[in-house]
Amino acid sequence: MAADDLERRIIVATQGGLPLVSDPWGTVAGELGIPPQELLARIRSMLERGVIRRIGAVPNHYAIGYTANGMSVWDIDDEAIEAVGEWLGALAAVTHCYRRPRRLPDWPYNLFAMVHGRSHDAVREQLEDIAVRLESRFPAACRARDVLFSSAILKKTGLRIRDAG
Amino acid sequence: MSGRRTPADGPVALDDTDRALINALQGDFPLSRQPFAEVGVRLGLAEEEVLVRLQRLLDARVLTRFGPMFQIERIGGAFCLAAMSVPDDAFEHVTAQVNAFAEVAHNYRREHALNMWFVLATERPDGIADCARRIEAATGLPVFLFPKEREYFVEMKLEA
Repeated sequence: MAADDLERRIIVATQGGLPLVSDPWGTVAGELGIPPQELLARIRSMLERGVIRRIGAVPNHYAIGYTANGMSVWDIDDEAIEAVGEWLGALAAVTHCYRRPRRLPDWPYNLFAMVHGRSHDAVREQLEDIAVRLESRFPAACRARDVLFSSAILKKTGLRIRDAG
Repeated sequence: MSGRRTPADGPVALDDTDRALINALQGDFPLSRQPFAEVGVRLGLAEEEVLVRLQRLLDARVLTRFGPMFQIERIGGAFCLAAMSVPDDAFEHVTAQVNAFAEVAHNYRREHALNMWFVLATERPDGIADCARRIEAATGLPVFLFPKEREYFVEMKLEA
């Protein structure tokens, strides 16, 4: 299903951020040439359908003190991965958790979990603890693991779709 | 609109009001004609102060943006994590080549043999493979794609 024209225009108008004015939705509606109530109704529908995940602030983890951004990666037995993924995602330290394909032989890991912390050591300690609990709860399900720390943000603009259909 | 500003290198001094504002703005932004005034009421702040602080947090790169976050898969588009192994002496050059693609939404350097990790966002699912091929052609390096096969539920819990 392709985005209809209005939703596409809404995305283009707001993907860089909402205007910081008293009535941002009214301002965007004015740019789009539609009544504010129509915009609000459509935004509500996009939220309900999951086209918009949430509306809010995107923090820069570095600036708010979460200077260590660790991408933990796990090689989990295919039989156990659903249960392990649900369990891992529910842990307080984990902010994103996905199953992804392995790329053998270069990459044996099929479960990715982002862990943010105030130092690399703090993240490593959390992961040690998680690994011990994982082994006790799902014996032998985890064959290997690693953690990749980010050493630089090279780009962070988020989604950009083009203006023309 | 703010893509050219560089991210903050390290922690920025925030006061308690900044932290409360960041936490209050993680979700549930009001769909009304005076949403910032409503947020202010929850925090005991005037609308003007909410707007001024928010602008300052964006200018200082404490926040990278403020607005709707789209799940482009729901309208037929796609996101995909991708990684490359880039030789150290070519890293800067390849970064510029990769970042020049509008489809590259985020790009991080990570400490691993696969040392460049980026997210592709395209309007159509077949755009991902096409973009990966164009990046391979531009850089001469293989691009590994890691499409999301399943997302496990996590709660929003990162507190400022």
